[in-house]
Amino acid sequence: MILSAIAAVVQALLLLLASPLITGLIRTAKARLQNRRGPSPLQPYRDLHKLLRKGVVEPETASAVFTAAPFVVFAATLLAGLLIPTVAASAPLSQFGGVLTLVYLLALGRFFLALAALDTGSSFGGMGSSREMTIAALAEPALMMAVFTAALGAGSTDPGRMAQVAIFEGWRFLAPSQMLAFAALFIVLLAETGRIPVDNPATHLELTMIHEAMILEYSGPWLALIEWSAWIRQMVLLTLLANLFFPFTLASGPGVMELLAAGGLYLLKILVLAGAVVLVETTNAKMRLFRVPELLAVAFVLGALALISTFLFGVR
Amino acid sequence: MDSTQAACTAYLLALGLFAAGWLLSLPLHMWRGASVRVAALLNGFALAGSIAAAAAGAFALAAPEPWRWAAPETLAGFRFSIRLDALSAFFLVSLAALAAPVSVYAFGYIRHGAYGRSPVMRSGLLNALLGALALIFTAGHVVLFLAAWEAGVAASYFLMTATHEEGETRHGGWLFILMSRAGAGMMYAGLLLLAAFAGSLDFEEFSGAGNAMPGAAAAAAFLLLFFGFGIKAGIIPLHAWLPAAHPVAPSHVSALLSGIVIKTGIYGIARVCFDFYREMPPWAGLVVLAAGVVSGLLGVLYALMEHDLKRLLAFHSIENIGIILMGFGGSLLLRSYGYPKLGALALVAGLFHTLNHALFKGLLFLGAGAVVHASHTRNMEEMGGLIRGMPRTALYFLVGAAAISGLPPLNGFVSEWLTYQALLAGFGTTTEITRVAFPVAGALLALTAALAAACFVKAFGITFLAMPRSEHARQATECGPAMRAGMAWLALACVVLGLGAPWVIPAFDGVTLQLLKTRISLSGVSWSTAALQAPPPRTGSASPLALGLLLASFSLAPWILWRLRRRRVSHRVGPVWDCGLPALTASNEYTATGFSKSIRMIFSAVFRPRREIQPQFEASPYFPSQIRFESEIRPAPGASLLAGAQELLLWVAKRARQIQAGSLHAYLAYIFVTLILLLLFGVRP
Repeated sequence: MILSAIAAVVQALLLLLASPLITGLIRTAKARLQNRRGPSPLQPYRDLHKLLRKGVVEPETASAVFTAAPFVVFAATLLAGLLIPTVAASAPLSQFGGVLTLVYLLALGRFFLALAALDTGSSFGGMGSSREMTIAALAEPALMMAVFTAALGAGSTDPGRMAQVAIFEGWRFLAPSQMLAFAALFIVLLAETGRIPVDNPATHLELTMIHEAMILEYSGPWLALIEWSAWIRQMVLLTLLANLFFPFTLASGPGVMELLAAGGLYLLKILVLAGAVVLVETTNAKMRLFRVPELLAVAFVLGALALISTFLFGVR
Repeated sequence: MDSTQAACTAYLLALGLFAAGWLLSLPLHMWRGASVRVAALLNGFALAGSIAAAAAGAFALAAPEPWRWAAPETLAGFRFSIRLDALSAFFLVSLAALAAPVSVYAFGYIRHGAYGRSPVMRSGLLNALLGALALIFTAGHVVLFLAAWEAGVAASYFLMTATHEEGETRHGGWLFILMSRAGAGMMYAGLLLLAAFAGSLDFEEFSGAGNAMPGAAAAAAFLLLFFGFGIKAGIIPLHAWLPAAHPVAPSHVSALLSGIVIKTGIYGIARVCFDFYREMPPWAGLVVLAAGVVSGLLGVLYALMEHDLKRLLAFHSIENIGIILMGFGGSLLLRSYGYPKLGALALVAGLFHTLNHALFKGLLFLGAGAVVHASHTRNMEEMGGLIRGMPRTALYFLVGAAAISGLPPLNGFVSEWLTYQALLAGFGTTTEITRVAFPVAGALLALTAALAAACFVKAFGITFLAMPRSEHARQATECGPAMRAGMAWLALACVVLGLGAPWVIPAFDGVTLQLLKTRISLSGVSWSTAALQAPPPRTGSASPLALGLLLASFSLAPWILWRLRRRRVSHRVGPVWDCGLPALTASNEYTATGFSKSIRMIFSAVFRPRREIQPQFEASPYFPSQIRFESEIRPAPGASLLAGAQELLLWVAKRARQIQAGSLHAYLAYIFVTLILLLLFGVRP
């Protein structure tokens, strides 16, 4: 009980403190690949610091929903992050919910953010809200298919348990079901974190924005919370991908050295995956909005194939 | 007094109150001085009766033995019987849980002329409807069941056509009657087929009767009953009456229609699938599961296309019926593979969603009623900004919207979570290809739920947020205390059933023990962590209470920090970025149609959207003086089916009219022929 409370606090701190760094590293790496110098990887921390000190300009058309949304989004995302294993092979709050709860918590945050976007009355807000909900809806079945494939292999929807079973069974990443599910989840990751080719996180051209269009009217600490939540969400999804399919670095015991080593390996895994995201972002162009469903359909088909190959070939 | 006796007393009290409420309306209705106050008095009977019904259901769920009562033999040789077993008790509780707050709401709502020109009669009919529903859920005899069913249809019809001066209302009512007849026809056939093999008209004898029948007859009876009840439940493609009839009714009646009247179909399906048929081959489960998946997905897709707030909610009823049927279908499949325990989990998921849907859909319809009353329109495109005028209604509607979207920690999340767990557990049960159906259904459930969330972002956002789009919306004011109390009650129920789900689930033990001879609570819910746990093989757990507390503390902590800081930094209200236009107006806002445009484009294979733009100009096409825009989508499948049926019916009626030539000689001839025929058949030994 106390141990898992400590684990929860540590993991919350890890998510809060490391997620801006990952975003910063992705930005820097992207800039380098594009022959730019780019900002320092620590820039997100500076942004947070700056935004948190500033005042707020509240849109005159907005209501209490607009005020509440950053806090709900932040809470839901952080809580979702406590339901997955990061360093040790079990999630700190696994008894409170598994991977299904995680998906629904992310949906809770998205729901309120989309409402807040509509609340401003600006057409950009409505546009972002509509697109975000559409893409999220289309990504959901692919996400579930991939998660189901992993869950069915382990016989559990608890991601910690899934990781443990995968460790116990040894290297099985080359099983067709696992590869296909990984590919499906990677596409979903791109869509859910608003990356090229689905959304461009760097754009400020109104007509192509999705996430940015939703948060256009936010400022000061509210904006800080929303940005922070987006970074945490990105880290959570990267972790999910890393630890469901490569769980072998997870620490199995409570030894300090073991945990530290596992923590280092964990960050390494996340960075490798983030590197893959960077490569995809630099080598692809952003898709037209109505091409995105095709990409997500590909993800769904991959997920479905993963599931059927579980049926055909067994898990291993 | 033991709980069986208590259940019996409360049940009779409830029926008595409903009957009194209805019978009193008959003389009072004639009285010219009868006013809305009299209607409110009769409404009091509905409230008291609902509370008694809730007690009856609760006691019956706790009772070890079902309470049963059989009348002395009546004229036609029927022995009517009443039976309050666990399944009946559960539906009785669902009825009461919705009907009580709805009657509270009605106290305020009928003062606004919701019942048209005869409020007293319709207040009485509300009692009649509730009484009929209570009887449908508890009838133990086919004839009594069907009589109550028809009474329920009649009462619903007269309640929903309160504003029968409008053509749309009459059309909705006509569709409702027409399709109810078709459904009843199939039910009659199916029930009589079962009765023929059971050798009795008593439901007691029906239990397991489906298995005693030869295969073809059993399958025919099952399909007849499933689709017969399915019309009432509104499964696609038999749903066409639902989005036409529910929106035109007064909103608290819509709440009852969507919340509990269509659940009589679900009750029928549960009764047939799990009581009358104790075993079914896997195809039956696949049929139910497929019906659930199709209804869920198409229901939500068509809901997204609506900008009539009440029609949108009506389509969501179809979606939720689909989710309920996914649970039932999964349960049937699991039962036929010999996993009653997992089947019980799926059944509980379906039943819990039935109760939850009654609560949040009731809440949403009541909210819609308040909104429609305040803004004088059902068209969302003319609403907006209502959260300023009616903050309480907005809050309650938001709770309902979050619950129906399955967001944690509310009740919709719990039942969807249970459905996922059941569907996932199904994968490990067999080696046949049918097991792929479970996770595929799960993925489509995810799509359905995500689209539902999108739809309620639209429904809440366009209706309540941003700037008002019409003068009425600008001047909208909060509804009265009775209406607010009714909504607050339901909103609270959604929260309590979500957070308290681990304590509610054991109440389903009686139902699963009766229907599947097993229960899930011992393995299913662990009290120590207040979490729901799917039964072994342990597949996952979720604790809505803990999630709720953590969410609250995680969002309150930064909020408090921000409030503390707020005094030291600037906080001002400024205009929204308007791209340098003179000012942002309501016409800059995204509309409901615009919001769902991307989904309309993506699913254009389903919707077949057609649009027409005709600019009118004088000098140059670049300066149009007027633009006419028209956009329409193909109606959901089933509409053409319905149109065909309607045409056929009218054709038959036309032909049948020729028999009634009006000639006395012809009528005498008919009577003579009938007499001869009767003698021939009657006299024959």
